[in-house]
Amino acid sequence: MSQLFFGYFAGMIALTSMLVVALRNPVYSALSLLVMFFHIAGLFVMLHAEFLAAVQIIVYCGAILVLYLFVVMLLNVKQDDRYHSQWRIAAIVCVPLVIESIVLLAGGAGTMVSSRNSEPHDAVATDNTLAIGQTLFSTYLFPFEVASLVLLVAMIGAIVLAKRDIGEVR
Amino acid sequence: MIPISYYLILSAIVFLTGVVGVLIRRNIIAILLSVELMLNATNINFVAFSDHLHDLGGQVFVFFALTVAAAEVAVGLAIIIALHRSRSTINVEEFNLLKW
Repeated sequence: MSQLFFGYFAGMIALTSMLVVALRNPVYSALSLLVMFFHIAGLFVMLHAEFLAAVQIIVYCGAILVLYLFVVMLLNVKQDDRYHSQWRIAAIVCVPLVIESIVLLAGGAGTMVSSRNSEPHDAVATDNTLAIGQTLFSTYLFPFEVASLVLLVAMIGAIVLAKRDIGEVR
Repeated sequence: MIPISYYLILSAIVFLTGVVGVLIRRNIIAILLSVELMLNATNINFVAFSDHLHDLGGQVFVFFALTVAAAEVAVGLAIIIALHRSRSTINVEEFNLLKW
């Protein structure tokens, strides 16, 4: 049963991620990215990360993608008539990844199933949100504060860039 | 039970698609969408290893990746709007501001 669900989610994720790159209209690219985000959230639920699945839907689908669609429709962009002719560079960059996939698919698929995965999840599965909150606010407290600082700097930068005459003398 | 190598292969496929998208698209918005693909591929890896090793650190790091993604989107889209204001296009081949 879990194999079936993983097959569905993985197939849809691969298909829609290719559609993001292949579709020429940016609105359609953004919409297929939305479908991909939902399926990644489903994959997170399969991996016992329920809180992350909710955060994925709220932040990615609700905030980031709406921002993309807003900008796409604000700028009234045209379709790409043709792609960059950089297939050679892309092929060179992607060779290590293809080799990694082949190695994993051929050699490591059977041996990497560990026995630890079959035992019941104690802290991870029982209360995912509680466990993540305790970890985030005890072990990772300083990175959490740094993340808030990063968001503040990004917000100030976006306002300065988007406001037309903020540093100019009127 | 799904072996972790399947998740690695799925993540590699998505990451590869993102790299190809960054390289071949001419639209800046499509390039940013491809960067989102790559970030999500790393998120799949983080969560898969977090479940495999029974360690919550991977799930916490997805939060930080999400923070970086949100900051990147905010600044990147503001830059796109500023560029569209000055050049009235978002085709990357029209820009040569950083060329020497």
